[in-house]
Amino acid sequence: MSTSEFYLPEGLPAPAPAPDGLDKPYWEGVSVNKLIVQRCKGCKTYQWGPEWVCHKCHSFDIGWEEVAPKGVIYSWERAWHPVHPALKDHGPYIVVLVELPHAGNIRMIGNLLGDPKQDIKIGANVEAVFEHHTGSKMPYTLVHWRVTK
Amino acid sequence: MSDRSLRGKTAVVGVGETTYYKRGGAPDAEFVLAIKAILAACEDAGIDPREVDGFSSYSNDRNDPSRISAALGIKELKFACMQWGGGGGGGSGAVANAASAVASGVADVVVVFRALAQGQFARFGQGPKMSAIAGDMAYSMPYGVMSPAQMFAMRCTRHLHETGITRDTYKAVSLATYAHAQNNPRAVMHGRPLTPEAYDNARWIVEPYQLYDCCMENDGAAALVIVSADRAKDLKKKPAYILGATSGSEYRNAAPSHNAPLYATSSFTSLAPRLYDMAKVGPKDVDVLQSYENFTGGVVMSIIEHGFCTHEEANSFMTTENFLAKGGKLPLNTSGGNLAECYMHGLELITEAVRQIRGESPNQVKDAKISMVTSGPMVTPVSNSIFGSRETL
Repeated sequence: MSTSEFYLPEGLPAPAPAPDGLDKPYWEGVSVNKLIVQRCKGCKTYQWGPEWVCHKCHSFDIGWEEVAPKGVIYSWERAWHPVHPALKDHGPYIVVLVELPHAGNIRMIGNLLGDPKQDIKIGANVEAVFEHHTGSKMPYTLVHWRVTK
Repeated sequence: MSDRSLRGKTAVVGVGETTYYKRGGAPDAEFVLAIKAILAACEDAGIDPREVDGFSSYSNDRNDPSRISAALGIKELKFACMQWGGGGGGGSGAVANAASAVASGVADVVVVFRALAQGQFARFGQGPKMSAIAGDMAYSMPYGVMSPAQMFAMRCTRHLHETGITRDTYKAVSLATYAHAQNNPRAVMHGRPLTPEAYDNARWIVEPYQLYDCCMENDGAAALVIVSADRAKDLKKKPAYILGATSGSEYRNAAPSHNAPLYATSSFTSLAPRLYDMAKVGPKDVDVLQSYENFTGGVVMSIIEHGFCTHEEANSFMTTENFLAKGGKLPLNTSGGNLAECYMHGLELITEAVRQIRGESPNQVKDAKISMVTSGPMVTPVSNSIFGSRETL
C-alpha cells in the first residue's frame, strides 16, 4: 500500500541513509514498498533499529529479512504544539509506536493516517502505508500506518 | 566485607545559584552565569574558590572546567568530569562522580555545576531545523517526534494503559509543585499560583501532556560544593552527607526507535534498589523527595519505581495533599522544581534536597533527615541520590 499524499507538511527534517551504510537495505526496501529489517543469521534474533552487531549473540553477520508490513499499536501520542516552523498552523497529528509480533516484537514509529482527532486504541491492528517523496533532491520514503478492520 | 560504597564519605557543604530567569531573560552570558553560581556556592561553603580542584557536570554543559579554572585562578585542577548523555538524567550522576573523586582521593574540593542560557543557545523545546537527518533519529524525526515532550509522551501513554493510572496523578504533581513555588522567592513562578481549573483548561502540548505537565525553559546556573565528610565537619554550614548516588539504566534502554524492552518505565527500575542498598535506607525512611519533572508523567513513574507506592496504590496515593511539604505523606519538589522554580536542568532539585537537610527550604519539612533526588526520568542514563543529616551516618 502506498500513498501520494503527505501526512505532514514538507519541510521537516528528511530521513537520510546513514553515511556508514548501516541501514541501506531498509531505505532501499521502503522505496519499493517493502519492510526490510535486521535478523541475525546466527541466532535468528530480529533487531530494530539497526545495529552493526547482534545484541543477543554478538555476531556481525546480520542479515536483512522482509517482514509483513503490519503490526499492532503499542503506544501513541497526539502532538498539538508545533515545535517546527513547517508545523505551524498545521494542527494536531498522531504518532504511533507499532509493534510487529511476527518479527520478534520489534517496534517502529510512524504516523497514523486518517482523522488526526480519531480515537486511538492500543492493540489495534494496523498496516503500513508507504509515502514516497520522489520530488525531493534526495528522494525518500516514510512508513505510516493505517488501522485495519 | 567490602567497603566499596560512597555512603557517608562525602558531603555537600555549599550550594548556590544565580537569579533564575525566563528563557532569554538572563543579562549575562552562560559562562558568566556558571561562574556566578560557582562563586555563590563557594561563598555559602566558606571555601576560597581558588581551592576548588575539581568540576563535575552533565548533559554536555558548554562551560569547560579548564576555562573556568583559568578564569577563577584555581590553583590546581585535578578532576574534570562529564556525565555522558541523558540530559537532566545526569544531575545525581554528576554528584556521584564528584563524590567518587573525593572519596577516593582523586580530588579534594569538587564543584558540581550546570549553566543554561536557552536564550543565548538553542531552546530545548523546539525541534531542530536541519534539512535531513540520518541515524536513529531518521526513524522518528520525520514523523514529527522532535522535542523532548514528543520523545517521551508514548512511554507515558503506554504506562497509563498498562496500569490504569489516571492523569489526576499528573495534576497532583503539577499543583503541589506550583504550590511550593509560591513560598519560594527564587522561583520563576513565584506569585503565579496554579489553580486546578487552570491546569485542566490548559492546552495540550502532546497527549498525554498538557501545558502544566511540562517543565519550563529557563536561563540560569546552579552549583554545589562537595568535600570529604571529615573536612565537612569544620565548615560553616550543616553538611548534607551523601548516603548514596547511582546512575545508569535498564537492559537496552537506548535500543533505537523506542525498542527498549522495558518501555513503560522512567528507566529507574534497576537503579532504585542499588541506591537504597548503598544508602542503607528504604523509601519509608525518606522524609522529602525532589523528583525531576521534564514531564509530570515521568515523576509518577519515578515515584512508583522507587517504591513509594505501587501501581495499584498510585491513584489514591498521588494527591496534591500527599505531595505538599505541609502535612503530606511524600513532600515533593519543595522548591517548585523544573515546573515552577527554574528549569536548571534539575540541579535546583539537588540544591533544594541539601537545603531540606539544613533546614533552609522555603517549604521546610519538619526535622528532615533523609532527603532524596531522582534525576531525569525516561532518559538514559538516569541517576538518583540520597542525602542525610549527621545523625543518619
